[in-house]
Amino acid sequence: MSTFSQSAGTAFDLIASLDPVFLQVVGRSLAVSACACLLACSVGLISGAWLAVARFRGRDVVLTLMNTALALPSVVVGLVLYLLLSRSGPLGFLGWLFSFKAMVLAQAVLVLPVVMALTRQAIEDAENHHGEQLHSLGAGTFLRGLILAWDERFALLTIIITAFGRAVSEVGAVMVVGGNIEGHTRVMTTAIALETSKGDLPLAIALGMVLLTVVLMLNILIGVIRRWRERRDTAVMQPALSMQGAEA
Amino acid sequence: MSTAFDLRDVDVRYGDVCALSHITLQIRAGERVALVGANGSGKSTLLRLLHGLATPARGTARCMDRSRQAMLFQRPYMLRMSVRNQVSIALWLRGRRWREARTLALQALARVDMAHLAERNARALSGGQQQRLALAQAWACRPDALLLDEPTASLDPRAKREVEILMDEFAQPRNGHEITMIFSSHNLAQVRRLADRVIYLENGRVIVDLPIEQFFTGPLPESARLFVTGESL
Repeated sequence: MSTFSQSAGTAFDLIASLDPVFLQVVGRSLAVSACACLLACSVGLISGAWLAVARFRGRDVVLTLMNTALALPSVVVGLVLYLLLSRSGPLGFLGWLFSFKAMVLAQAVLVLPVVMALTRQAIEDAENHHGEQLHSLGAGTFLRGLILAWDERFALLTIIITAFGRAVSEVGAVMVVGGNIEGHTRVMTTAIALETSKGDLPLAIALGMVLLTVVLMLNILIGVIRRWRERRDTAVMQPALSMQGAEA
Repeated sequence: MSTAFDLRDVDVRYGDVCALSHITLQIRAGERVALVGANGSGKSTLLRLLHGLATPARGTARCMDRSRQAMLFQRPYMLRMSVRNQVSIALWLRGRRWREARTLALQALARVDMAHLAERNARALSGGQQQRLALAQAWACRPDALLLDEPTASLDPRAKREVEILMDEFAQPRNGHEITMIFSSHNLAQVRRLADRVIYLENGRVIVDLPIEQFFTGPLPESARLFVTGESL
């Protein structure tokens, strides 16, 4: 316990002193996850919305595969990408292995099914309730998906934040494709794993605290958005109810 | 008058359930048709079929193109946007430019006396106002046929009356052009006020199809008579 409290104290000092190496790792970690999230969301939100409204042969198979991909083990993703990006692999010519880009790709692959599946679910619920009315107005499949996505934008915002949380806390895939190279591809999670194995607990704990703080901030953000939505919905309902009362 | 809707021996199925069975009817342009019947009798499915939202499992259905129709649902869907944009988006989806759609939307809102609510959130409106907004949306699209699924259900008497007046006005011929109106309702007084033909459905079948006077005064099959006199309730 004393070792822990001693390490925690040193970790606080490390954070307070704004150690450049420490800040570099934190910054890189956030940058990788933000890029991965942007990439996954730009593909996942649109394809998820389309999957929610489109009806085609084999759709159930696609949904089953997508839901299975939710449980993709990150080290397996890392391994597959490693094989693809290694010099002898089909994407070896890109020269991305052990680079920032490879880590972004790995996290994007991991996060994409999460974004797609959650978006699909949110939009499909809306489609089941109101899709027919939009269809009646003349909205085709793609437009219906886009309109419903816009209408469910607060739910999608929560999905984006969830995806970022998943990406920033990922370790297996970035370790394999990034290589955890100091000053180059070292991010918070891989640094925690390395420093723990080396026995340098203060740095590991400091990084762990930052990581937890990031996740905590994201959860607070989700909570604020949810509360804001509830307040907006209540504000919307109250005039409606009072007007109904007045009309009666 | 030309035929707007022509159904020949049509069945509509939802999985194993036969929602409509052996439906044969013609509706001419300019007619005002009321669909009546108990819950689950097939009124909404018939409207969906006429609007092209349901597909016949059997028979042939020749219906006016959906782009020339407007359908009002029992609970109109309000997008998270302003009242004005709610109407504009319907026009935009029918090929109008956004700026033009915004101008026409304001005219349509004025038509239902809601121009002063143009910038309000559509979801903040009362049920009656939402139904009037949905009517404005329909009117803005200048449809040749207006299909309404229990448009005044769950509205208070005043809102019900306001919607009825708009329905009556919107079904009047426009520039010499006949407007067809088909609506479902449980309110027989409303049917008497608005329709000139009544179709009584039971278990997905047309049991009675009569002009309004004959429906309320003439002899009816037992089930329809019980429905009209309210004894089945």
